[in-house]
Amino acid sequence: MFEVKISIMLKKTVADPQGLTVKHALDSLGYKDVDNVRIGKLITMSLKADKKDAAEKQLDKMCRKLLANPIIEDYSFDIKEV
Amino acid sequence: MKFGVVVFPGSNCDRDCFYVIQDVLKQPVEFIWHKQSQLNGFDCIVIPGGFSYGDYLRCGAIARFSPVMKPVIDFAYEGGLVLGICNGFQVLLESGLLPGAMLRNRDLNFICKYVYIRIENNMTSFTNLYKKGDILKIPIAHYEGNYYIDENDLKTLEENKQVVFRYCSREGDIKPEANPNGALGNIAGIANKEGNVLGMMPHPERCSENELGSGDGFLVFKSIVSWLERK
Amino acid sequence: MVKTAVYRTLGLSDSEYKKILDILGRKPSPTELAMFSVEWSEHCGYTRSRKLLQLLPKTGKYQVLIGEDSGGIIIDDFIVVFKMESHNHPSQIEPKQGAATGVGGIIRDIFTTGARPIASLDSLRFGPLNDPYNRYLLRGVVDGIQFYGNCLGVPTVGGEIYFDESYSGNCLVNAMSIGIVKKENLARGRAFGVGNSIIYVGSSTGRDGISGCSVLASQEFKGEEEKRPSVQIGDPFTEKCLIEATLEALQTGHIVGIKDMGAAGLTCSASEMAEAGDFGVEIELQHVPRREENMEPWEVMMSESQERMLACIKKGNEQEIIHIYEKWDLHAVVIGHVIKKKVIRVKDNGNKVAEIDPNALANAPLYDMPYSKPEYLDELNSFDVSTVSEPADFSSALIMLLSSPIIASKKWVYEQYDHMVQTNTIVLPGSDAAVLRLKGTNKAIAAVTDCNSRYCLLNPYRGAQIAVAEAARNLVCSGAEPAAVTDCLNFGNPEKPDRFWQFKNCVEGITDVCKFFNIPVVSGNVSFYNESPKGPINPTPTIGMIGIIDDASKVCVQYFKKEGDIIILLGECGGELGGSEYLKLIHGTVKGDAPELNLNREMSVQQTALEAVRNGLIHSAHDCSEGGLAAAVAESCISSDDMIGARIELENGNERTDALLFGESQSRIIISCSKQNLSRIEKIADKYNALLTVIGRTGGNELEIYRNDFRIISLPLSNLHDAWAGALEKSLKEG
Repeated sequence: MFEVKISIMLKKTVADPQGLTVKHALDSLGYKDVDNVRIGKLITMSLKADKKDAAEKQLDKMCRKLLANPIIEDYSFDIKEV
Repeated sequence: MKFGVVVFPGSNCDRDCFYVIQDVLKQPVEFIWHKQSQLNGFDCIVIPGGFSYGDYLRCGAIARFSPVMKPVIDFAYEGGLVLGICNGFQVLLESGLLPGAMLRNRDLNFICKYVYIRIENNMTSFTNLYKKGDILKIPIAHYEGNYYIDENDLKTLEENKQVVFRYCSREGDIKPEANPNGALGNIAGIANKEGNVLGMMPHPERCSENELGSGDGFLVFKSIVSWLERK
Repeated sequence: MVKTAVYRTLGLSDSEYKKILDILGRKPSPTELAMFSVEWSEHCGYTRSRKLLQLLPKTGKYQVLIGEDSGGIIIDDFIVVFKMESHNHPSQIEPKQGAATGVGGIIRDIFTTGARPIASLDSLRFGPLNDPYNRYLLRGVVDGIQFYGNCLGVPTVGGEIYFDESYSGNCLVNAMSIGIVKKENLARGRAFGVGNSIIYVGSSTGRDGISGCSVLASQEFKGEEEKRPSVQIGDPFTEKCLIEATLEALQTGHIVGIKDMGAAGLTCSASEMAEAGDFGVEIELQHVPRREENMEPWEVMMSESQERMLACIKKGNEQEIIHIYEKWDLHAVVIGHVIKKKVIRVKDNGNKVAEIDPNALANAPLYDMPYSKPEYLDELNSFDVSTVSEPADFSSALIMLLSSPIIASKKWVYEQYDHMVQTNTIVLPGSDAAVLRLKGTNKAIAAVTDCNSRYCLLNPYRGAQIAVAEAARNLVCSGAEPAAVTDCLNFGNPEKPDRFWQFKNCVEGITDVCKFFNIPVVSGNVSFYNESPKGPINPTPTIGMIGIIDDASKVCVQYFKKEGDIIILLGECGGELGGSEYLKLIHGTVKGDAPELNLNREMSVQQTALEAVRNGLIHSAHDCSEGGLAAAVAESCISSDDMIGARIELENGNERTDALLFGESQSRIIISCSKQNLSRIEKIADKYNALLTVIGRTGGNELEIYRNDFRIISLPLSNLHDAWAGALEKSLKEG
């Protein structure tokens, strides 16, 4: 059994107005040293698989097929055996 | 001829599209439940607006895998007419029938209001009764209408004249102030290269009767009928 | 068994507890005690308000239907079902989810009757926007309403937003919902027929909303308070599926009764269905779908998890109904059946945990509360107008008024709501009333919410009357005949005699004016205990009213349409300043008395306007309210995309100029019409004995107001528009 954390972020070439708004909000609260705020998604799941690389292969397929939109999003994941 | 309106869990504008086609356009129309894996005898399929699957994950991301989408895609590849409105447009993008993707509106709010769009291409099955440069008063209602496509694909889109509608001012100028959601190039609707699949964010079914404030959207539906009659 | 003192923590009094012992003939189980405590609370049982609420009239021109959870009126062969409800306290804590679940809850009350929800309206009140928390609340509440309503595909078409110090610390969110159902398809919330099944449908059950009963926990929840969320999270996608599945299931004809699980969830729905059907109900909790582990029986009975309903199905047809709900990916499971003995019997894994007569639960002890006029009121009412000086520049005063968040354009709000879905909205937000066509007929429905709570503070009886009169006036301006009312009565602590005096007077005011207009109150809600450490809110009896337009082609809006039209004032200026927004904004005071309301005059003005609209004689109609005559004329100039100026000439004699321009005298409507139609309108006004004065003409790019040939206001339309259109968004950014 594997515990998985998938992080999905907008591609760097895509503008992130939400991130920008949050940066301005932090700025107005006094946190003036913040820059490059980007906001994405974190998906967690448990995945049954025999071996780590089999799990990773599956996850990769899941991300490309459904969880991330390759036109606008990049993904990465962390996988831990439990 | 027969129209079909797809219904996903969470679709909202299915009954509005059905009403316009049946009662205003006066054409035969049926609802198509998303679990149907076969489609028979349709000439035009409409994928309506709404919040299919609650817009969970991404708008249209889950709906594109519904059983009905396989026959819809086959139908499109065979040249059948497919019209995606708002969430329907998002489903077409996610399913790859149209290029590009939708991002959240630039100002981060849901926007419901009348805007103006200009006809950029009147040679498609959906716009052949308009004149190029016609200005339509038509409403939008969406949270994610900020159309995005990468530079190279945008070039191809423009070269193939696939941009069908652009947001414009009341006088027809394509300018940033007239862009309600940040969409690249003020793009409000696009077609595939063959011109038989159209996706548009504004709602033509909400302005097909003057009683509702504008009748400018009706020619989208009439154009479909005109095209099918000529075939 | 439960420790005796526990009942007090649950909100039951000693005498109520004794009554429970008498009813049961023994001590209550924990589950039974919890059930009594919620059913007998003010929120569910209306224990302090019901006696007064019985005064409200239930008859009118159209036949009235009062159902278990809502009410309506019968128009031809269909029923318009509608109701307004509050969700104040949750919204103060978590504005987005509080407002969202408020919207979800009231819409469930509508579609549980078999009616498709066709529109929502929201009456919102907050403290002043210079306080960042109030800005946070406004943003959050609007976000919650759009989040839930847009996803459901129910257009949010109207409402109101007010700001006042008394709402700081206790905002008000009153959500109204309207639905349409064919007469023969009306569903009721009853359970009857021995052997018929009780089916639970919708989301699974968690521990939402039961923290108030946590004293009943049989074990200490050390550090696990997060297991009991005090705020419910709304899921509009599930509710959308619930609407479609329910309307589909109702068409089978196998549903005997259906009810949504709102406050006090399963307890309320099961016992009220049994009481309404005059039968008993037995339910087995182990069948209830859960999303938390180890839930005790009382937790399952008390849970306020959202998007759930209870239905009574004719025996033998359960599978067909379950199949429909499962098609929409919703839980649907038989959890009990109807029994002959008139009790609600709750079992868990074979053990009986409660058995109560549903009549006893539904009929909470009612109380006559003491009341007395607030001590501060005489002083508040004594207002010497001579202490207030007129502004040097009336034009600046008008700009200030149009920039006041109470008067300013609410576009920032309603452009976040999908107000066009279902393609019925023929008058969009931004006019006096929203109007929805009824497809398949020539008719339309108009809807508004109204209440000026400042008037209600100064004079609860008359302020409440004005709320009703103004709602009716707004409907009439759109061309609708006022038909029925739903009320949402928001007040402070009813155990304090001055607050209860306000409540009593407001209910009496509503009763008298509804009787005068022959309009019934078909449904409603009471929200008490709206107080913060600073004190109670202003008495706020929000009125939701619908009107009927027989010919949808004869609908009217509030903005001028043509240059060169004549501008008419129906009604007369009383020269009052009491309770006006002008007095508050420019002079910083809320004093005086609520404006006078002469019901006969109000009636004649309304009848004149309505007949003129119905005969297609006028181009626009707009009532005078906050900001007075000047604000009303300005709004008529600037509230459409094609602004049209006006030149107004006033000749009244004795009133102060500021009272003439900005006073809030009642029963006044500004009308524009073409020159040719003037004499016909004059004849109609004559017929109804309404005072009609031609006050000016439309045209140009400015608003000019003259008094006795002296120009007192001169403003370009662009100045007026910029002040009015951007004010709310500006206040939200800058406070």
